[in-house]
Amino acid sequence: MIGKKGRTDNVEEAVFQVRDLTKIYKMGEVEVHALRGVHMELYAGEMVVLLGPSGSGKSTLLNILGGLDTATHGFVSYRGRDLTKANEQELTEYRRFHVGFVFQFYNLISSLTARENVAVVTEIAGNPMVPEDALALVGLTDRLDHFPAQLSGGEQQRVAIARAISKNPEVLLCDEPTGALDSKTGIVVLEALEQINRELGTATAIITHNVDIAGMADRVVHLSNGRITEVTANKVKKSASELQW
Amino acid sequence: MKGQVFAITLVVMSGVATFIMFISTMDSLDLTRNRFYRDYSFADVFVHLKRAPESLKEKIKNVPGVHQVETRVSAYVKLDIGGFPEPVNARIISIPDDGKPLLNRFYIRKGRLADPAKDDEVVINENFAQAHSLGLGDSFAAIINGKWKRLTITGIALSPEFVLLMKPEAMSPDFKHYGVLWMSRKALGKAYDMEGAFNSVVLTLHRDAGLSDVLREVDQIVERYGGYGAYGRKDQISHRLLNEEFKQLQTSSKIFPTIFICVAAFLLNVVMSRTINTQREQIAALKAFGYNNLDIGLHYAKLVVLMILPGMLLGIAGGIWFGQLLGDIYMAVYRFPFLIYTLHSGVIIAVVLITIVSALVGTLHTLWRASGQPPAEAMRPEAPAQYRVSLIERLGIGRWLSQPSRIIARNIERKPIRTFLSMIGIAAACATMISSGFFKDSVNHMVNVQFVLSQKEDMTVAFIEPTSRRVLYELQEIEGIRYAETYRNVPVKMIHGHRSYKTAINGIEPESRLHLLLDTRLKPVALPPAGIMLTDHLGKILDVRAGDMLTVELLEGTRSTRQVPVVALTKQYLGVMGYMDVRALNRLLGEGDAVSGAHLVTDALHRKRLFQRFVEMPRVSGTVVRTDEVRNFHEIQAKGMLFFTFIATLMACFISFGVVYNNARITFSERSRELSSLRVLGYTRGEISYILLGELGLITLAAIPLGFLLGYWLCGYIAQALASDLFRVPLIIEPKTFSLAAAVVLASASVSGLIVRHKLDHLDLVEVLKTRE
Repeated sequence: MIGKKGRTDNVEEAVFQVRDLTKIYKMGEVEVHALRGVHMELYAGEMVVLLGPSGSGKSTLLNILGGLDTATHGFVSYRGRDLTKANEQELTEYRRFHVGFVFQFYNLISSLTARENVAVVTEIAGNPMVPEDALALVGLTDRLDHFPAQLSGGEQQRVAIARAISKNPEVLLCDEPTGALDSKTGIVVLEALEQINRELGTATAIITHNVDIAGMADRVVHLSNGRITEVTANKVKKSASELQW
Repeated sequence: MKGQVFAITLVVMSGVATFIMFISTMDSLDLTRNRFYRDYSFADVFVHLKRAPESLKEKIKNVPGVHQVETRVSAYVKLDIGGFPEPVNARIISIPDDGKPLLNRFYIRKGRLADPAKDDEVVINENFAQAHSLGLGDSFAAIINGKWKRLTITGIALSPEFVLLMKPEAMSPDFKHYGVLWMSRKALGKAYDMEGAFNSVVLTLHRDAGLSDVLREVDQIVERYGGYGAYGRKDQISHRLLNEEFKQLQTSSKIFPTIFICVAAFLLNVVMSRTINTQREQIAALKAFGYNNLDIGLHYAKLVVLMILPGMLLGIAGGIWFGQLLGDIYMAVYRFPFLIYTLHSGVIIAVVLITIVSALVGTLHTLWRASGQPPAEAMRPEAPAQYRVSLIERLGIGRWLSQPSRIIARNIERKPIRTFLSMIGIAAACATMISSGFFKDSVNHMVNVQFVLSQKEDMTVAFIEPTSRRVLYELQEIEGIRYAETYRNVPVKMIHGHRSYKTAINGIEPESRLHLLLDTRLKPVALPPAGIMLTDHLGKILDVRAGDMLTVELLEGTRSTRQVPVVALTKQYLGVMGYMDVRALNRLLGEGDAVSGAHLVTDALHRKRLFQRFVEMPRVSGTVVRTDEVRNFHEIQAKGMLFFTFIATLMACFISFGVVYNNARITFSERSRELSSLRVLGYTRGEISYILLGELGLITLAAIPLGFLLGYWLCGYIAQALASDLFRVPLIIEPKTFSLAAAVVLASASVSGLIVRHKLDHLDLVEVLKTRE
């Protein structure tokens, strides 16, 4: 069980509570145990890095937290709401109003400009930012009307971050956000995430297999073979700009 | 790809099946006709005259180029079929006394020839026997040269002369009211005072004979015996109608398969280019392993062939099946003793080649691109697609567009050619539907113009020979006749410059109430007291305009040649002829007030009695009842047309569905990643469906008016291609034909939409996040 050790003072309550989470995939006749009884919490305002090699179950965990996948056993609550019992419609609504996603491959809509890619979310969210403000937060004020094809990888990912935070989500889930970027660009992206976490207090979970990124987290959750093997707290958080790989 | 292959199969199958159906039906009918003509010695030249001594036969035979000659006695008779009160007419033709006709021999389906020694035995044609359920040994009455006679059926036969049996001046075959009888020459000769004489002669020619020379010489020989003008096979009514029908089939067999094959090729092109785009990495890997461009090109060529193979096989099988069905339908109207169904291997090879080549040509460009890429380049994911702000946004509407609507607008605008091609595909489907419905509309219009606007009589009686106009008073006395108007009909040859045409001049009473002539806007025009009016098509044939002088050679009576001014052209869809004021025509003929028959308005209550009365009147040679004719026209046309329309509609539905569904599927696979991303961001199923289906819907909606235009143009082309001396197809398309076409397209789009919507509802959100673009 992972306790509250290491979380910062501004964090009060658990956004997610995960109990005995198990996920079994059927691949033909073979059963793959992606998660084997995971327990954890994510607290408001904290930044957690989920670290592990590929196949460790970190993406599955993130997908279930994000309402994209369902668990085989166990319990996940978001602010006291049981996500494992939610139906399709409730999960859609949950994603729409409460969670921001950042993907490895950005997943921008190529027919829309940076501003419009953010507006895609602000148009349907409950209490959104102005798209321009969200893009300003990630330093893209001068790229508002550029299409994805006109942006670099790092810029595209920052648009994706702006899109994710523009709905003012309680939690930001990032799946290998720097996976497709070189280290210099990756750090720019992480700086953006760090700034969001700091300024908006959005609980952030970052999946990565890059150990160096763990330095910027409040807590680091190590996963291996579907289980949490260790949770460490960084006494001193590094700033993203200090990271190197 | 399963769904797409299915859609392609539908389209290819439709194209191949229609191709095979039309061509094999046409080839089969053509072969059957030629075989029947050859085996049963169909004559090359036909001559009718008043009466000539048998000795004239030798003279005709000596005309250079003439091969065989057979003289006959032929007449029109009225029949009285027990239990069938309506007027029935028949052509009666003599059988040589030796029982072996030399020319136009008939195929005896049942029974035997009439005994030359007996004057009460007849052979009847098969349609007529079937229409009245007459069998061997049955008998009916005939008024032969004014004498009532009971005839017994000894045989049921088919003749190359009457493959398509039609009463002169009728609009369509009518087997109930018109038949052909064959009877011993001796008996018929006696009845018509033609012993040792004849009034009809048929000839065959040597292969190298010049038809026009023979016609001219024969005309000279028979002139003093009241010849009505010799004519060749091409003017023989049955042969001519068959030719027209074949021409129509030929036109259809060009137009329809072409559309279907083009659409199939277009579909293959789109599918293959998109498939190959998704296979870039595999292609790169194959190249990295050492496969060369040719290998890869061949691989995809095989893939294309494999994709169209099921459609081709099903199409060939379906085409043969449809061809036989269509052949059978035609056989009910055309009387051949047998149908030799034939499908030349060349046709199959042609259709297979056309399909494969059009498919390969369609995919060549993409194949070229696929095999020409360096492996390293091909292995890299494609860069994000280039987009720009769409035109409608720049026009200022953008402000009000939601992001999903913006996505739709930009996707449509980004690939204008592809969007346009998709629209063309759907429009082609829509146009095919329209062109199949158009036949019905135009025939309805033709019938309406002919029988509602132009000919208002409900019955017409024809007299055996020109009669004094005083007969009108006699007719008006008969109970049941409310109104009568006489007419005069004269066979003529019209000559203008080097052009000539054999037809008839119809003399109509001035201020006629029953026979109205129409101008090009279908408004009635007054018949001028002098001069001639020609039907517009005849005007075209003879290159005559109002004001021109026309040379008219009379083929009856004085047989003199006259000059007549053309005063106007009149609109008529059926037949080609000239119209004159009956008094002017009488003057032209140099005769008194002679009439050929009368148009009548009758009282329905007395109709049966009238029929009986006309049968008994020796002067009346035949009666035509308009309502029967219209009904019959619809019935005969309906059979062939319904099948044709059914097949065309079915095929058009397939195309329509194939295009729309394919488009939807491809768009779905291209957009699924983007749409999944939106789902992850919290968009509902309905909201993402709007993006995809909205795009498809817009393309479909925009394609429909284009389809209307294309359909209209196509129908115009078909109408022009089918125009003949017998009839011109008016370009009339009813709104309901347009709506039906639109409905089928929309229904296909809806079904495709539902299938795609189902797929959208089952998007794997997790999967899509793992894969890169």
